Amino acid sequence: MKKEVKLFVNGRRVDSRLPEQLRPIDMKVGVVSRADGSAEVRFGNTVAMASAYGPRELYPRFLQEEEAGILRVRYNMVPFSVDERKSPGPDRRSMEISKVMRLAIEPAIFLEDFPKATVDVFVDILQADGSTRVTGINAASLALASAGVPMRDLVSACSVGKIESTLVVDLNGVEDNNSESDMAVAMMAGRGEITLLQMDGELDKEEVMKLLSFARENCRKIYELQKQVLKEYREGE
Amino acid sequence: MSRLQEKYALELLENGKRIDGRKFEEFRKITVEKGVVQKAEGSALVNVGMTKVVAGVKLEIGEPFSDAPGEGVLIVNCEFSPIASPDFEAGPPGEDAVELARVVDRALRESKCIQLDKLAISPEKVFMIFIDLYVLNHHGNLLDASALAATAALTNTRIPKVEDGEIIRGEFTGSLPVVFKPVVVSVCKIGNRFLIDPILEEESVIESRLAVGIRDDNKICALQKQGSGTFKFEDVERMIDIAVAKSRELRSFLA
Repeated sequence: MKKEVKLFVNGRRVDSRLPEQLRPIDMKVGVVSRADGSAEVRFGNTVAMASAYGPRELYPRFLQEEEAGILRVRYNMVPFSVDERKSPGPDRRSMEISKVMRLAIEPAIFLEDFPKATVDVFVDILQADGSTRVTGINAASLALASAGVPMRDLVSACSVGKIESTLVVDLNGVEDNNSESDMAVAMMAGRGEITLLQMDGELDKEEVMKLLSFARENCRKIYELQKQVLKEYREGE
Repeated sequence: MSRLQEKYALELLENGKRIDGRKFEEFRKITVEKGVVQKAEGSALVNVGMTKVVAGVKLEIGEPFSDAPGEGVLIVNCEFSPIASPDFEAGPPGEDAVELARVVDRALRESKCIQLDKLAISPEKVFMIFIDLYVLNHHGNLLDASALAATAALTNTRIPKVEDGEIIRGEFTGSLPVVFKPVVVSVCKIGNRFLIDPILEEESVIESRLAVGIRDDNKICALQKQGSGTFKFEDVERMIDIAVAKSRELRSFLA
């Protein structure tokens, strides 16, 4: 039998949060001096680091696109980021996540401004405690912006879900493993456009829309934090 | 896909028309044939227009996941074989095939369509259900066709006889306990219009789509945004409505 985990005690979550409360968020920009842009984002105990490079020339040449540049994104969990060591290198999960992250970020970048070139973003999850892909997207977006890559908007992301019949924001690892549903959302919050939407679980449409509105509200909060940290970084340069 | 074909598809869609004359919320002709592979414990061949996918189910004996002791294991795999399209290459599954398999996996798993707790053989051993999806002809909308094939194959799956911890092939003790028939409907967005079941030419000009996994009781069990476009908040609600409405039609082919 599955081990029963109590996810709510007196209306508080395992880390004493309220249902609609984000974990403590910390964002730093310019953490890798060799990268064109970089960022480290923490959502509670989840830590994602991202480096961005480019626009730079793309080789081999046959990969080049005549009319627009390309974006490449790699999501990677480091072996010691989880309880049981994850063997290094891509697996099916990270292949899928890398793809959806690329599609979440691509709409924000003026790729048409640099044909034949590439922008590369590498996201490493150093510590995993739930919601790693959205934390990674927040870091990737900051890394790109700090690299000076021309962007329509920042991309801000958060997770929402349903645990013990309650709709919640920003699932941690225990909640993620025991959730009835979880949903990952990324938005260009300034433009109100959704760039990532993934859900699994068991929800009716009303619950989906309610969760999506929670996600929108919190993506806006994260967006403000991202703008703030970029502003401070520019002023400090 | 030539530029001309793409331009033609796009012009038509922007004017509310489709290359093959279908309405925006109309499927191509769908056929589902079950039991097409003799060696598989369950199988189905699905045609959606010219798109063709075969799903085969094999049962093996294995160990349960540590976080789900006493429960059978479900594994979905997909291959885009080069026989199906000049765009497919031989070799291990690429990111598109992996994504397709994982979305189908989630739609099946999260819908709880199989009673996995009835698939224990002994305290340590359970049945492992391998669903392998093979695309035989790619003419667009592989995800919906593949999910339909997977569910059809599961409803066609028989549980093999087990003696002394070994499977006796060709002898069966009953049917797989399938309690729901989840389907996936992908709703595509172009401008402010929505359409389903795109053919290849349409897929090449569609910027974004939402794959919706739906159970018999209209519960949403999976969502996956695809493509590099974006959605407005209201788009999502509209797309789910379309998907739920069309899911009943798709499920009727599983009867």
